[in-house]
Amino acid sequence: MGGDTTTHSEHECIVFDNAAVKRGDRIIWHHGSFTIPYGSVTAIVGTNGTGKTTMMRAELGLQPLADGTLTVLGKPAGTMNRQIGYVPQSYTSDIDSNLTAEQSVLLGLTGTRFGIHPVTKAQRAKTHEAMAFVGIADKAEYRLSQLSGGLRQRVAIAQALVADPKLLMLDEPLANLDLASQRAVVHVLARLNKELGMTIQVVAHDLNMLLPILTGAVYLLDGHPHYAAMNDVLDSSLLTHLYGTKVQVVTTPQGDMFVTPTPDEADDVIPDTHDPREVARFHRHEYHHDTNPGA
Amino acid sequence: MNDVTFSFDPDWLSTLTLPFMTNAFLAGLCIALAAGVMGYFTIARHSTFAAHALAHIGLPGATGAVLLGLPVSLGMGVFALGGALVIGALGKRATQREIATGTVLAFATGLGLFFARLSSSASQQMQSILFGSILTITTDQIIGFAIFDVLLLAVLAVIYRPLLFSSVDEQVAQAKGVPIGMMNVAFMAIMAGVITIAVPAVGTLLIFALVITPAAAANTLVTSPLKAMIVAGILCLVSIWGGLVLSAMFPAPPSFIIVTLSTLFWAAAKGVDSLKHR
Repeated sequence: MGGDTTTHSEHECIVFDNAAVKRGDRIIWHHGSFTIPYGSVTAIVGTNGTGKTTMMRAELGLQPLADGTLTVLGKPAGTMNRQIGYVPQSYTSDIDSNLTAEQSVLLGLTGTRFGIHPVTKAQRAKTHEAMAFVGIADKAEYRLSQLSGGLRQRVAIAQALVADPKLLMLDEPLANLDLASQRAVVHVLARLNKELGMTIQVVAHDLNMLLPILTGAVYLLDGHPHYAAMNDVLDSSLLTHLYGTKVQVVTTPQGDMFVTPTPDEADDVIPDTHDPREVARFHRHEYHHDTNPGA
Repeated sequence: MNDVTFSFDPDWLSTLTLPFMTNAFLAGLCIALAAGVMGYFTIARHSTFAAHALAHIGLPGATGAVLLGLPVSLGMGVFALGGALVIGALGKRATQREIATGTVLAFATGLGLFFARLSSSASQQMQSILFGSILTITTDQIIGFAIFDVLLLAVLAVIYRPLLFSSVDEQVAQAKGVPIGMMNVAFMAIMAGVITIAVPAVGTLLIFALVITPAAAANTLVTSPLKAMIVAGILCLVSIWGGLVLSAMFPAPPSFIIVTLSTLFWAAAKGVDSLKHR
């Protein structure tokens, strides 16, 4: 993807500059211009089909941009993938592998190497360290097919972090997990961020569990990605607009905030959502370097 | 073939020392090595049906080769490789598309029958292509098998980890820079080779039990990929050699006994596994 023309400061982990993604002729999202700092925990939020996974794939260089540039870890997207840990969405549901947890995590370290390389003691130690960090050291010899969804999710996270990434990307890591497993995964993410200073990005459609650790969110709204720090994004009218259903923001005495959909939708509420192309027609942003994506 | 008594042959030991038997044992060794190694990857990639289909895609190649007076293995190999490259180019997802695979499989089998009917010599060979004829394997074929095995092990030694990574975790492997398209084509091409050397033993119809079933049994017994490959190879070898010995003792076709042994091993492994997890 295009050249790196703008100068980025040292604290910017991910830089979108007028980025756009199309599938066929359809714009998934465009006019994406924002930066995500190092050390942040960011959620990518939006309703189904707004391109959350596509955004993560674009950051990995797996989804070409139709316009603009995308810089990750100081280089064009896709070039620094060795320093990115990635946990795709299908991970927990898809796998009926006979591999043990340990072998799976080890692949995160050795899986890309061609040639004959016996596993070293250091690699084994690293693997065990990663498994201990996410709390599955005692499950090393279990096959993935014998583990619960929550434990498999933690195996996947261990596999992603065994190679010491600077940036960890997780696609719907809490989907299909029970409450206790969700808490355990969020706790692991919190520790990765606080203790190792890892930058974390999470695709999520439910923010509640993640709220305590989030520093900001990218919300895909009206065909544009926007980035906001946490206090800005938790505006109930914005979230209502974002999800097309009434959403309330509640501050509890402990200071935690929860996003609660109203128990039932009143009949006269008309969901205020539009598909990206529809909105693109009446909703245009002004940009200093105004390059129009040919749409 | 008019005598159908199922009698024990007391001369079975001397039968085993005949030259064609030596060839069959050697062929079994070569086949077991290749099948043991690749069976694991086939299961890990959920491509077992595609592998099975490759044998059937090879069928019109085999009968077509007889029609043209070419070696059966050559026709088989060319068609299986062609099919493998097409399927491989379509990506790993394509190998999991059961309906498309099944349709191609049926069509290829029909085409194989059509070619066979065009000449009487192909018609005569049809049965041995479908059900195998391990007792007629020639020394030249065995040399070919051995060369294939050496190449297979050399290639696998180099691509082992990326192939394993892309087999069990394609999305992550892709993000980490493993060339998954190349891995898929490589896997399918190697699979075409394994099919080509295994078909003479049990034929296109029974090949599943020789390439996939031992690997499935091994998977339930051991957890590490390398161990599973070794165990699968041993189960495959015991099936073939056991099939040869038993078919020398009793008047039953080797293919039948090979497939029966392989199936019994798998059933036993499954039984042991379910007892363990009770």
